Amino acid sequence: MKNPDEQGFYGEYGGAFVPEMLYPNVAELQAKYLEILAQADFQQELQQLLHAYAGRPSPLYYSGYLSAKYGGKIYLKREDLNHTGAHKINNALGQILLAARMGKQEIIAETGAGQHGVATATAAALMGMPCKVFMGEVDMARQAPNVARMRMLGAEVVAATSGSRTLKDATNEAIRYWINNPEAYYLIGSVVGPHPYPDLVARLQAVISAELLEQVPAHSGRPLPDKVVACIGGGSNAAGAFYHYIEQPDVQLIAVEAGGKGIASGQSAATSQLGSIGIIHGSRTLLMQDADGQIIEPYSISAGLDYPGIGPMHAHLISSGRAQVYSINDDQALAAGVALSRHEGILPALESAHALAVLPELDIHPDDITVVCLSGRGDKDLQTYLDYLHIND
Amino acid sequence: MTDLQQFIQSKKEGILNIFFTAGYPHLDSTLVIARQLAAAGVELVEIGMPYSDPLADGATIQQSSEQALRNGMNLAILFEQVKQIKEETGLRIVLMGYLNQMLRMGEERFLQNCRDSGVDGLIIPDLPMEVYQSQYQELFGRYQQAISFLITPRTSVERIRLADRLSSGFVYLVADNSITGKITDDFSPRQEAYFKRIRDMQLTSPVLIGFGIRTARHFRAACRFAQGAIVGSEFIRQLSGGVDDEKIRRFVKNIGRKP
Ligand SMILES: Cc1ncc(COP(=O)(O)O)c(C=O)c1O
Repeated sequence: MKNPDEQGFYGEYGGAFVPEMLYPNVAELQAKYLEILAQADFQQELQQLLHAYAGRPSPLYYSGYLSAKYGGKIYLKREDLNHTGAHKINNALGQILLAARMGKQEIIAETGAGQHGVATATAAALMGMPCKVFMGEVDMARQAPNVARMRMLGAEVVAATSGSRTLKDATNEAIRYWINNPEAYYLIGSVVGPHPYPDLVARLQAVISAELLEQVPAHSGRPLPDKVVACIGGGSNAAGAFYHYIEQPDVQLIAVEAGGKGIASGQSAATSQLGSIGIIHGSRTLLMQDADGQIIEPYSISAGLDYPGIGPMHAHLISSGRAQVYSINDDQALAAGVALSRHEGILPALESAHALAVLPELDIHPDDITVVCLSGRGDKDLQTYLDYLHIND
Repeated sequence: MTDLQQFIQSKKEGILNIFFTAGYPHLDSTLVIARQLAAAGVELVEIGMPYSDPLADGATIQQSSEQALRNGMNLAILFEQVKQIKEETGLRIVLMGYLNQMLRMGEERFLQNCRDSGVDGLIIPDLPMEVYQSQYQELFGRYQQAISFLITPRTSVERIRLADRLSSGFVYLVADNSITGKITDDFSPRQEAYFKRIRDMQLTSPVLIGFGIRTARHFRAACRFAQGAIVGSEFIRQLSGGVDDEKIRRFVKNIGRKP
């Protein structure tokens, strides 16, 4: 299912399990989001921004290198070419227009890799709204270029110092700030959190597959791809890339999680394989937890995938068998990122590199059409890549 | 009527409910603290089940939870400790925790453990009233567990009435739009107007005020509008240097003192 039921459930996953302090906020958003999203002037303004400001449609690029190596025709959906360098801007622009129409005057967000933080800071600058971005201390260090970009854009970056000091904790801090400042608009960065966020973000990211519906036939002469591949942190780029294909059973949906140092290593973020059903950030979904329901701190080299849950839509797609899930370890992702840089001249984000690295594990037929969502560019990860290559030694 | 309600109704006013985190500052502090509170005249306590991601809690309770988990606290140990506290002190015990802790154990098993160890009721901030009503009300009743729902300055009249109807312990009046542990010296006029508005609604459930209660002035003010109040973060701050029975006795005496 593309969209949840009225209570925000995709099968048994989803819902809005928030403390009473946030009930009015979530209820207001639930009551308004579909109506505002459907307004002609909202859509017109959003489409205009996506086009003239963010640079959409993002190209579909045929990769000769990947096709020769892994078989069939492999295309990259170039979300890395969007303004600010990732798919996150699609969501940030949509939600900030929504916030403005709801009369909100302050924006808050969480970020892992910093791409959502940069996208939100950008959208807030554009709209002239003050913006606070919560980011785990560990992520601030490993994604330092994005911290600098957010500050340059006028946002305040607030360090989350609790727990594992990564995306989960940044989200906790954003939610706590929201409880204390209920007038703020919480611009969540992935298909996670209480209903209606998963559906709201999925609808705003759906532009990715909406474009594919035209681009795939134009490039390949066939109406549908055989496989669509995307990485999953919370799952927003995957939700966007899958969205218009979910009800097309012939299209294989392939979700790639971060294996970290290996699924069995105790240092992993492969949520759907290591997780079980529970509640995280207001949503019932699959999450990594111990026997007492304590959330386990995940690990991945990629800050954007270093999250112990997945969006409820993906929990449903995966557990119903509609999507297949793979996990890719740090070193596989790094190697795939280096290979794409060296052979195609495209430096992918570490998150996106996880999606690329799954290609050798797939059963690709010679006449298959495969689309990989290249969710973002890798400038923010240069230091990590260079360390891996020992180029700075 | 649940035991908890009966107790609160029989006391009527000036009820001091002290919150502390199980397993903090040391794993076996839970029982020591409970004994001292009982000795100081406290009759109702709220014991926090430490959680990794306590969304409604500020830094003080977060840190106490992290420490408790590092100390090895878990639900099996907690239920053992609660059982001992109940047997030794007869305190009324409310557990406060997050929905995932109950789900993970299995709702029924969790509630059964609560009953068997002598827990009187639960506070689960992220359990929505509607979900309780449609899925859990009967089960809570079966295991004699009283639930207490939160209301805030932004809760609609309709939802306040719902919280009143569904709560089988007390209505937990959250003093401000905030997470726990906010530090102020006095309630603001805006807060007092809100307390008065709730008092004037004449709810059928008893009402206790919590979040940010840290001085005798807060406690007295709260007692003008409600049956009592809950002191959490400020009590936990008293424990950071270790459990000192004289300090606990003085704290309880001081909070409850007459002007
Ligand atoms: C480039 C890129 N891809 C993917 C992700 C993961 O997010 P999601 O799973 O919501 O697409 C991030 C998150 O920061 C990102 O920056």
